[in-house]
Amino acid sequence: MSQEASLSTLVVHAGEAREKSDFAIVDPIHCASTFTFADTAAIISMLENEGLAERDEYARYSSPNIRTVEKKLAQLEGTADALLCTTGMSALTLLFWSHLRPGDHLLYFDRCYHRTRQFCSDYLEQFGVRCEAIPTGDFAALEAATNAKTKLIFTELPTNPHLDVIDLERLCSFARAKGIKTCIDTTLASPINVRPAEWGADFILHSATKYLGGHNDLLAGVLAASVEDLAPVRKLQGISGAIAAPHTAYLLQRGLKTLALRIAQQNRSGQRVAEFLAQHPRVEKVYYPGLETHPSYALARRFLSGFGGLISFELKTDRKGASRFVDAVRIPRIGPSLGGVESLIEQPAIMSFYRASEAERRRWDISDSLVRLALGIEDSEDLIADLEQALATI
Amino acid sequence: MHLSTRSIHSGNSKDPLTGAVIPPLYLSSTFAPDGDFSQARFDYSRSGNPTRACLETTLAALEEGCGALAFSSGMAAIHCALQLLKTGEHVLASSDIYGGTYRILHKILSRVGIETTLVQMNDLAAVRAAIRPNTRILWAENPGNPLLSLVDIEAIAELAHEHGALLAVDNTFATPVATQALTLGADIVMHSATKFLGGHSDLLGGALIVKDPALLKELYFIQNATGAVMAPFDAFLCSRGIKTLELRFREQCKSALWIAQYLVHHPAVSRVYYPGLPDHPQHALAQKQLRGYYGAVVSFELDADFAAAQAFVSHTKLFQRAVSVGAVESLIEQPASMSHASYDRQDRLKAGIHDGLIRLSVGLEHVHDLLADLQQAFHHFNGSEKRELASSTAELPLSTHAH
Repeated sequence: MSQEASLSTLVVHAGEAREKSDFAIVDPIHCASTFTFADTAAIISMLENEGLAERDEYARYSSPNIRTVEKKLAQLEGTADALLCTTGMSALTLLFWSHLRPGDHLLYFDRCYHRTRQFCSDYLEQFGVRCEAIPTGDFAALEAATNAKTKLIFTELPTNPHLDVIDLERLCSFARAKGIKTCIDTTLASPINVRPAEWGADFILHSATKYLGGHNDLLAGVLAASVEDLAPVRKLQGISGAIAAPHTAYLLQRGLKTLALRIAQQNRSGQRVAEFLAQHPRVEKVYYPGLETHPSYALARRFLSGFGGLISFELKTDRKGASRFVDAVRIPRIGPSLGGVESLIEQPAIMSFYRASEAERRRWDISDSLVRLALGIEDSEDLIADLEQALATI
Repeated sequence: MHLSTRSIHSGNSKDPLTGAVIPPLYLSSTFAPDGDFSQARFDYSRSGNPTRACLETTLAALEEGCGALAFSSGMAAIHCALQLLKTGEHVLASSDIYGGTYRILHKILSRVGIETTLVQMNDLAAVRAAIRPNTRILWAENPGNPLLSLVDIEAIAELAHEHGALLAVDNTFATPVATQALTLGADIVMHSATKFLGGHSDLLGGALIVKDPALLKELYFIQNATGAVMAPFDAFLCSRGIKTLELRFREQCKSALWIAQYLVHHPAVSRVYYPGLPDHPQHALAQKQLRGYYGAVVSFELDADFAAAQAFVSHTKLFQRAVSVGAVESLIEQPASMSHASYDRQDRLKAGIHDGLIRLSVGLEHVHDLLADLQQAFHHFNGSEKRELASSTAELPLSTHAH
């Protein structure tokens, strides 16, 4: 599929052979754990052409469904290569393990997934990698913290759950000038809303469990980058064995076919629901980058072509009142995760931050009445009517 | 609740045991229920399977029925419905129907003394004249395949009921997004779930949905006795596909209309069949019955003989040459040699399915990419036909796709 093809065409066809085995219109699922060779010469030929041979040896290294979906993902991100991982966190940790060595310095904008912070402070530091958190979007602090040992800068875009957007162009050009690699986690945006490679990012990370898979029925992660940058990550994955299952690769490929449609719907619905919440008398504050009141509104307009389906908001009530609201909604199910066709809702103070201290919650702006709503693709009128009745209960 | 919300939530309640947001996939062929075995909801997967039951609940909600049955294929669903008939009874079917339906009526049911008459169902007087005292089922497609003719479901239902017959509507092409035939008076709605419901070319399935519990019971008896049930894996994939049905169908209809408009102005095309075109003979009925969703299938008459039309369908690149419709991938075919090859040639020509007829199923690719593909196929065709073409996608309305 040519690069000029539209994204909606790419999601359907990119990365796939036009003529597949037995002329089937969709790829077969290859469950094989191992792959055989015609003769000794075939083995030697594969080994001599390492990385070039379009074939598989043992399914811990690669298998056909994984290669296909990786090609599709790379084309969607506009990178030369992509690596499918078992989860988003697996993609992130494989990247950090393979690209950082004792003495190296990692910089990351601090409003990222709390497990990422935990991995950096509790594990990576133990192996002599210095991990330094920078207030999100504070470029003066970032530049001041950079030194000759700085190897990688990591950020989410937008961040979760407050949906801050950083200046992607500035980050990438600064890092590039210093010879530092960048990794941008665009899980919340998907390649339909932003393609960081176009701004010069080196690595693009996704929890593919979210929008890419889109149906709340698979776990996967993706790291998109150049062939050279991914090579050490791929190698570590092959050694350590955290490779996605063929069934997962197939379901991801199937989910990607409606990615452009789903994201378009979630962008539309997100904006409508955010506007509804913003004008509601029982809502204190809405975090949605498509609202002018969001501090990142201007940056969001610049870097995102749509603002997604995740909305966080504070209610004019206490912790219990917010729980009453969450318990009263009928369409969104209560649970973590986001990006699927089913809407999900949660109260971060009770979900991810339940065991966090009050000081910690204050530090990350997780107020008691904060609610995170991950919109699915249900009709937005139904969602608004549902929120309306639930708001009446607080 | 709107259809898009129902398609996600009806039948897909969270798993009570684990809280899983997606119901588990039950491959179990048999069940070991506690207590009175005869009262168990599930005892053996042919008789009932939890994964299939989820899908059936969704289907009933989408079509406004009292219940639904999921089958191993659309043909299995059709066969089940037609097994309501007894020797000596009669079927009235519309003249442009799927080749497989034609075949089961003329080559299978005919063996046991069940007779079929084909009639232009958009001609109410002709239908009235063709009804016999022993007519038990009227079978219509909404819209017809491949000529996209429309049957006035309300009027035909009334006529059928006047004569004590049932109206069955194959709603595969319209989907419940466009038409909920049970609410218009149909007694049975049938789907090839392989098409829009599944939507990803990766499952085979069929469905029957009804609004009368007694009829549901009778059809269930036949399904359970004959055993052509949908596999749990396919039911899982079909439920997953239905969650994006409304989004997919809406987008496909939009692209199909643009493609139909492009074809209308093409000099190598003598006729375009698409209910969304103002000159479609039943455009007014289509506006009402399809609620503005004219479908993803566009057929057109190419100025070509059998061989040239056959060559044309081999020269598109995005449109893949294959039978079936309704999936994310666009498909192209020549009915005379492919989907309707099981017709007797005479019946096929009588139904207006000519050698030069081409059927498109418009997928989710960007409409400009699809138009460019058709354009290059026409150029190829033109090269062999030495014809002058002056078509461009530039005059088409701008895309409102995400990208």
